[in-house]
Amino acid sequence: MSPVLAAVLQLLALTGALALVYVPAGNYMARVYSSPRHLRVEKWIYKAIGADPDAEMTWPAYLRAVLAFSAVGVLFLYLLQRLQGVLPGSLGFSSVNPAQSFNTAVSFVTNTNWQSYYGEQTMGHVVQTAGLAVQNFVSAAVGIAVAVALVRGFARSRTGELGNFWADLVRGTLRILVPMAAVAAVILVACGAIQNFSGIHEVGQFMGGSQQWNGGAVASQEAIKELGTNGGGYFNANSAHPFENPTPFTNLFEVFLILVIPFSLTRTFGVLVGSVKQGYAILATMFTIWLGFTALMMWTEFAHHGPALQAAGGAMEGKEVRFGIGGSSIFAVTTTLTSTGAVDSFHSSFTGLGGGITMLGMMLGEIAPGGTGSGLYGMLIMAVIAVFIAGLMVGRTPEYLGKKIGGREMKLAACYILITPALVLVFTAASMALPTPPHSMLNSGAHGFSEVLYAFTSAANNNGSAFAGLNANTDWFNTMTGLAMLFGRFLPMIFVLALAGSLAEQQPVPVTAGTLRTEKPLFTGLLVGAILIITGLTYFPALALGPLAEGLA
Amino acid sequence: MSNSVTNTARLLGAALRALLVLTLVTGVVYPLVVTGVAQGLFPGKANGSEIEADGKVVGSSLIGQSYDLPPKKGQETPEPDLKWFQGRPANGLGANSINTRYGLILSGATNLAADSGAVDGACPAEPEDGTLCAQVLAARAAVVKDNSVAGYTVEPSEVPADAVTSSGSGLDPAVSPQYAALQVHRVAARNGLPVAAVEKLVEEHTQGRVLGFIGEPRVNVLELNIALKDLAAKR
Repeated sequence: MSPVLAAVLQLLALTGALALVYVPAGNYMARVYSSPRHLRVEKWIYKAIGADPDAEMTWPAYLRAVLAFSAVGVLFLYLLQRLQGVLPGSLGFSSVNPAQSFNTAVSFVTNTNWQSYYGEQTMGHVVQTAGLAVQNFVSAAVGIAVAVALVRGFARSRTGELGNFWADLVRGTLRILVPMAAVAAVILVACGAIQNFSGIHEVGQFMGGSQQWNGGAVASQEAIKELGTNGGGYFNANSAHPFENPTPFTNLFEVFLILVIPFSLTRTFGVLVGSVKQGYAILATMFTIWLGFTALMMWTEFAHHGPALQAAGGAMEGKEVRFGIGGSSIFAVTTTLTSTGAVDSFHSSFTGLGGGITMLGMMLGEIAPGGTGSGLYGMLIMAVIAVFIAGLMVGRTPEYLGKKIGGREMKLAACYILITPALVLVFTAASMALPTPPHSMLNSGAHGFSEVLYAFTSAANNNGSAFAGLNANTDWFNTMTGLAMLFGRFLPMIFVLALAGSLAEQQPVPVTAGTLRTEKPLFTGLLVGAILIITGLTYFPALALGPLAEGLA
Repeated sequence: MSNSVTNTARLLGAALRALLVLTLVTGVVYPLVVTGVAQGLFPGKANGSEIEADGKVVGSSLIGQSYDLPPKKGQETPEPDLKWFQGRPANGLGANSINTRYGLILSGATNLAADSGAVDGACPAEPEDGTLCAQVLAARAAVVKDNSVAGYTVEPSEVPADAVTSSGSGLDPAVSPQYAALQVHRVAARNGLPVAAVEKLVEEHTQGRVLGFIGEPRVNVLELNIALKDLAAKR
């Protein structure tokens, strides 16, 4: 069997598995966020928090709870790293320096998992499991909570109530993420991922002497790293490391874990707004883009354009033999079209166009299918914009799911789509214009520019993958990518929740013959077009200076 | 004013308690339960798939190693021990730079660009040192030279891509079956074994795609070398 055919079959198998769980997983999540009943353990937790889970929140109250929880999370994770040197169970590793601690704390709380540190030599057991892995869970749960609040904005009418953040947070963690991650972690161990709390292993080698490697709770973190679209590796090589991703099967399984929640959430959305067909239209949009990007990536990687790859006879630089070009291409597209950022191969050594595809995936705003929760709310904002564009064409007040898209709604949606590109382009331009930051680039010319553009695209979109040649562990990059991650996560959330509040207050308008049918393929086509055109117009000049210049040279 | 300060403090208190409770669930209970199950069901795998030869642990079957001669005096890069099958280059591998009382392996890739070292869109005959072009061309020349033995000449075009490129982790435990096959004549000659016997050994250690289509076929170099050592000792 040729590698290309094997890659296509892997893609089909993956699609089949996702299709199989779509309805049950989506329905289950809809029940989680709409059921009036609380589990006993949840009641204990609410008592400990001191919150009434049945108290409805308005959008400002919901937002304040999100921000308070995230602020406390950043501070806690920062202190944990700063105190590592005196914490037991830390392999005797020293404390992490302030700039790097800030960057890492922000990175994990914002679901980005950008890493300017080497996991295996920097973070001990306590920081990894009680700090980083915890944020892998809760930052994902926060993302889903905000998405559900927006969906409630569409589903409810003449109310200011968007649900209760604490209940959404606790339910998402306990009923969705923990059980799925536990099962996934055991499957990963069965295939060879490590899971222990021993110290540094020193083992003999075939040629004599010995080698040292870390023990750790790797499989349990790997599972939630993919499932929560986080992406922060236990080891520096991330999912290319054999202890994180030991076999070709685990590679495909990890891609499945990344995609399962973001895709299935479209079903949850459909159920909650009372029309699963609306969910299918959003799903079709996400799937079309994901499939298209994967096909493009496979084409450029299998053709291995690029002088050094041509000389090598294949694009295997930075890729593992067990995954091959096919498995690596599927993983690379999936990780950058979601907000994951885990890598099983190193994007900096991809073909010029392949590197461009990973970057463009993030620039779309990570909505195909996007991060846990953030993908759905990002896509719904794009749907609002597509409806507005369609409304302009026919001269009719646009509406989506029975809600009018008026001036206030459009202003909020426009702010949402402008904020991330503004962060990416301003931070990139500043880094290139100042005298010292460019010294961090490993490669020169167009590829060097791509390293910096990739870094801020990844940070502001909360992806976390890197053109890892860039030395990002400098005060400038630690601080600036930290700020880009913070603004890139929470400013959009403000607009999303404000939009949710404004939609919830409306009285639904009845469907008439003139209503745009947003559950039809025509709308899916319009939405795909709107996404590609808006992103293309925003980023084309920057892409032309980096990956396009390299890929077409 | 004081009212809003109180409210904020109350909210932050609730947020802190929520974080601590969820830390207990996801950061303590969850990893401990998973570790308990993993250690109970798959202790060997959960502890790193260590592999033994002659009663001694010689590494992990998942972690690639180098098979080099002991470095001679003044030599910076050790030479490969051609008696053994060789793995892939690992130019992105590092040693730990902080917490240096350990000698940890630092996994990683070169991150060099596809056009690194290229001039006018192609690798020149003598590319600049340290570039990807230089690494690839040097690796290929070495593979051709090392593996061409009496009666068997390796053509540059026969060298597969995995033999001249660094992996993502720097710890790739496997090579492609093509690269293993290319080394058979050399290994047989150096160990005084018939070519057919070594070919058979490679065949036995070749893993196909999972279910016939997932991933790529591969040969685990450490397991192959252990079997080779056994075979050579029996003769």
